[in-house]
Amino acid sequence: MIPEIGTGVLLVALALAVYGAVVAAVGGRRGRPALVQSAQHAALGVFALLTAALLLLIYAFLTFDFSVRYVASNTNLGTPFYYRITAVWGALEGSIVLWAWMLGLYTLIVVLRHRTTARELYPWVLAVMLGVLAFFVLVMTVPAPVFTRMAPVPADGRGLNPLLEDSGMITHPVALYLGFTGFTVPFAFAIAALVTGRVGDFWITTTRRWTIVAWYFLSLGLLIGGWWSYHVLGWGGYWAWDPVENAAFMPWLTATALLHSVMVQERRRMLRLWNLALVVLTFSLTLFGTFLTRSGVIASVHAFTQGTIGVFFLGFLAVVVLVALALIAWRWDVLGAQGELDSVISRESAFLLNNVMLVAATFTVFFGTVFPLLAEAVRGEKVSVGAPFFNQVNVPLFLSLIFLMGVGPLIAWRRASLENLKRNFLGPVIVGVAAAALFRLLGVGSVLVAGSLALTLFVAACIAVDLFRAVRARRAMGERALPALGGLLLRHNRRYGGFVVHLAVLVVAVGVTGSQTWSVHTETTLKQGEQAELAGYRIRFEGLRESQESNHGKVTGTFTVLNGKAAGTVLEPAKKFYPQEQSPIAYVDYRLGLIDDIYLVLGDFARDGTSVTVKIQVNRMVSWIWLGGVVLTLGTLLSVLPERRKAA
Amino acid sequence: MKPKFLVGGAVIALALGYMIWAGVTQSAVYFVTPSELTAAPVAGKAYRLGGLVERGSLKWNPATLDLAFSVSDGKTAVPVRHKGTAPDLFGEGRGAVVEGQWTREGYFKATLILAKHSEEYQAPHPTKDAPPKRILDTLEAPPR
Repeated sequence: MIPEIGTGVLLVALALAVYGAVVAAVGGRRGRPALVQSAQHAALGVFALLTAALLLLIYAFLTFDFSVRYVASNTNLGTPFYYRITAVWGALEGSIVLWAWMLGLYTLIVVLRHRTTARELYPWVLAVMLGVLAFFVLVMTVPAPVFTRMAPVPADGRGLNPLLEDSGMITHPVALYLGFTGFTVPFAFAIAALVTGRVGDFWITTTRRWTIVAWYFLSLGLLIGGWWSYHVLGWGGYWAWDPVENAAFMPWLTATALLHSVMVQERRRMLRLWNLALVVLTFSLTLFGTFLTRSGVIASVHAFTQGTIGVFFLGFLAVVVLVALALIAWRWDVLGAQGELDSVISRESAFLLNNVMLVAATFTVFFGTVFPLLAEAVRGEKVSVGAPFFNQVNVPLFLSLIFLMGVGPLIAWRRASLENLKRNFLGPVIVGVAAAALFRLLGVGSVLVAGSLALTLFVAACIAVDLFRAVRARRAMGERALPALGGLLLRHNRRYGGFVVHLAVLVVAVGVTGSQTWSVHTETTLKQGEQAELAGYRIRFEGLRESQESNHGKVTGTFTVLNGKAAGTVLEPAKKFYPQEQSPIAYVDYRLGLIDDIYLVLGDFARDGTSVTVKIQVNRMVSWIWLGGVVLTLGTLLSVLPERRKAA
Repeated sequence: MKPKFLVGGAVIALALGYMIWAGVTQSAVYFVTPSELTAAPVAGKAYRLGGLVERGSLKWNPATLDLAFSVSDGKTAVPVRHKGTAPDLFGEGRGAVVEGQWTREGYFKATLILAKHSEEYQAPHPTKDAPPKRILDTLEAPPR
């Protein structure tokens, strides 16, 4: 029965979403609150129905209902309890269910938060949200139906992809989809602003928090994806410039640009058109990413399911872009800038440059990702560009962005005087130059590495100078240092939340620089009792053993680290043998450290158990990247707190 | 004010264009099949060679970490050598993409072996549904 109920629920949800979108638009156009009210009810109904569909699917997974093809494909009787729930989004169809449910949730929050505050925009916001929702429910019913029956009903399912049996895979898609779907809200407000002609600053200040939240979840999704890649895939890396990664990275870049350009509009009434374009671009890129990864036009290591779904997304993407462009053209005369750029040496100019760099980075990532398509179309050659291309082109862009990150928040608006520059940047520049000189003297890495690290110190010094000065001003008024700092962070939470996020980016940057520069690896065959040495660590192979887990067999190697801080650490990398898999899956074991990660992958073993081939890596400063994620979370929390700035 | 920004924008656009052009020419990797490679091999050029790992061609020497196999498209087979173990999912009779260079000595030197990881699986054969037999031949049961 479950499949039939599920399909029925989705069909009703589709009808309701379409109805709601139409009625909200008509209500907005004719100024009829009753119609908008009805659309609101439809939105609530759609959310309830999507929740029901999600619960039905979870129930089917928990009860091993193999009459549902999707359940049979992604679980088996041995799948552990938690992974049976997360298997819901283990493949395409279920991912769309989760995606649509989140969109429904966001729509609900929009209804609750904005139905009285965004009067004129609201009907159109609702119409757009429901329209997008209708598209996703349509995808759930036509190209990617999740409740398709399977006949005959198999006795056992195929099982979840072993690589997805991991905590990172529980959280990574959730965070990523919360980010992707979150950008629908600013997009809906942008379209509403264009339709109503209220393209002033209201829509953009209203959606600021939404953009931050979506941006945060997308950042978190990217970081967790990196963590998953690092500790599951066994290649010791966290980012490969794979098309799937790029697909998620591009909207992140444009959203980062948006977060900054919004401030210029709030403060100087400039960049109206630019901000609208960025919102539309970010939302379009989330759709493009899905198209790219699901249509199979680009070969990716991730090899997702392919099908007609790509066509649906491409079609929807075309509609979104055309409608947005038409609306922008229609409102062209009211989109003109009101403010003017006064000087090149100013904060708005720094922000503008930041935006140019971010959009340039987006373009290079886009170009590199679709390059195989272009090359094939233009020259008939099958060519691709790999990680070296992306690194080479993006490193200068990202270094400039880090530099701007130090300059932007401190430089004066409108026109910075020489006095202002000296007051703010003399100290940090001295710190940066001294650090660069010191690094070179100590022989720390290449010029590029020493320069990059010095640059992060320069930015950190900029942040420190600002904080120090603000705290000193409060102390002059009789406050003590720590309460002064706390009060500062809470009162000006938007500004200092941003600073903390910048700090997080610096920490991640140091992690990336360090790991790319100083990580070392080796591969060797060891007999029982033999040792290998890498980067000063001696590691002994103790032996192999075999065990049987709930849904797989496992051969585990035991290794002991003999010296250094990690002395006595036992690492147990393994090979897992899943019955549904043709070949074993490596299970990595590692010891994480602030500087050194010791990371072992079992490559191969002799069938008599006396020797193993093991990959040993000492990865440097990778933990800083995950640490950056924690700092990022704190900074985001601080910046979305309600502003407390009152007459202090 | 205006011309200054135009000049600035043009400089940035030119710099970006140059970086992209330089990046593409330096890191382009050409996809070839074994037949295409043997028809016109260029030593030192970066290739991605795709095909099936020929049955019976796989040789692995754990002591020296030398891995050798042939990649075939049914017409031509190209000998490939690699230092180190192959990734998961790699095996005889299965598809593989190897990245590396053609050498003058007449073999393909792989720097990277790519195995696709998919989120969905083929159905297990009914006969293979039984739990796997002992994987290690002579090991005793785990000591703990």
